[in-house]
Amino acid sequence: MDRLNKKEYEKYAEKKIPTPTYFKNIFWAFVVGGGICVLGQFIRNWLFSRGLNEKQVAAGTSIMLVFIGAFLTGIGVYDRLGKVAGAGSIVPITGFANSIVSPAMEFKREGYVFGVAARMFTIAGPVLVYGIGSSILVGIIYLLFGGGK
Amino acid sequence: MTLKRIGTQTVKLENPPSIISTASIVGPKEGEGPLKEYFDMILEDDLWGQESWEKCESKLQEEAVKMALTNAELTESDINYLFSGDLLNQIISSSYCARQLSMPYFGLYGACSTMAQSLSLGAMTIDGGFADYVACVTSSHFSSAERQFRYPLEFGNQRPFSSQWTITGSGAAIVSSTGNGPFVTYVTTGKVIDAGIKDVNNMGAAMAPAAVDTISNHFKDTGYTPDDYDLIITGDLGFVGKDITSDLLKQEGYDISEVFNDSGIKIFAHKEQDTHAGGSGCGCSAVVFAGYVYKELLKGSLNKVLLISTGALHSPISTQQGESIPGIAHAVTISNSKE
Repeated sequence: MDRLNKKEYEKYAEKKIPTPTYFKNIFWAFVVGGGICVLGQFIRNWLFSRGLNEKQVAAGTSIMLVFIGAFLTGIGVYDRLGKVAGAGSIVPITGFANSIVSPAMEFKREGYVFGVAARMFTIAGPVLVYGIGSSILVGIIYLLFGGGK
Repeated sequence: MTLKRIGTQTVKLENPPSIISTASIVGPKEGEGPLKEYFDMILEDDLWGQESWEKCESKLQEEAVKMALTNAELTESDINYLFSGDLLNQIISSSYCARQLSMPYFGLYGACSTMAQSLSLGAMTIDGGFADYVACVTSSHFSSAERQFRYPLEFGNQRPFSSQWTITGSGAAIVSSTGNGPFVTYVTTGKVIDAGIKDVNNMGAAMAPAAVDTISNHFKDTGYTPDDYDLIITGDLGFVGKDITSDLLKQEGYDISEVFNDSGIKIFAHKEQDTHAGGSGCGCSAVVFAGYVYKELLKGSLNKVLLISTGALHSPISTQQGESIPGIAHAVTISNSKE
């Protein structure tokens, strides 16, 4: 095995991996991801009909979708949905809820401080850090060059 | 003055120790697989009345050892050494199991190669005259491994096709200086081989070169050919790794395809059970050896088997730091005759 060329081997090994079922994945990501968005739209319309303004509706819709994502994670459904839908259920805000609730559940046995609280953001943490970080950066650029007041 | 060493990596045991009993306990999913008839015990749930998966894994080991002792009509005090290991940080499953068993204990880490590693050390300890009875045991648990190496169970992601499913289970073997077999006749200890693979979802490809190295050196050292074996069975290469191993061994001049199988492939009906590339984990080669291989040896439908447990020697930290995955493979010849 001393003759093994690492680069050639890596290429060779990659070829041995079965190709992902792209069409099926894209189809289900579209159906489930689209479905979650349609659900969001229903919630939005309903909140408008209750007389809330744009800002309140935006917050209310997010809150309700996050709750649904967290609830479905709690009862063990969201991981099964994710298995089929892939990006379709990871990208919407319900997926964000899943990424926070799932480690919180997983590490409950390590206690509420070092388990639940400390591990809760292991998956969502980087998204938050770079999401909030880049929004600040864009905000500064806007303030300096975009005529922001 | 080495009397028993042949070739570069192999030991020929002078008085081949006998594996006098084994025991295997598996989780519910493994218990639905094609090898279910061979396992001594199948759990109904993956916690087994314990508070955590880690505790369950420790209990798996403890009960497997006790069951193997009962099968051999021995007690804990008869065992001179306990060789055990697992996948969790600081091998807690093994040490917490050893806490319950009153036996002199060597904790091992060989990742998923631990079954052949413990059998190698156990057999050499006996042949060296240092013990009459040793217990060799290892375990893995799907849920405790997932949380250490991958994602929380309820996280909604997709598993790539090259990924493998960690076995929930433990296999134990009692090796003795006396007995009627099957015997451990040769031990080929593997070198760490790093083929440069960094994809943690493709362990089969990371470990295959180590398996190839150990198997080809075993043939060179012993003079055996694939025809001498009824079965050559690797630990957890899965479909991807098995395919590569077969290919690379052909390049080395050994066609083992007639007798070659992999524990990770044998343990699941991979399409129906949705296990992608196959089973993995320390428990994989342990339960397939202690269940299927051992029982077939006793029946006489297999007479000579080369067991190669394969391990990926990385950690979540080494992966995050961009290191490639080193592989290892240990081989033992288990035969119904002393030759």
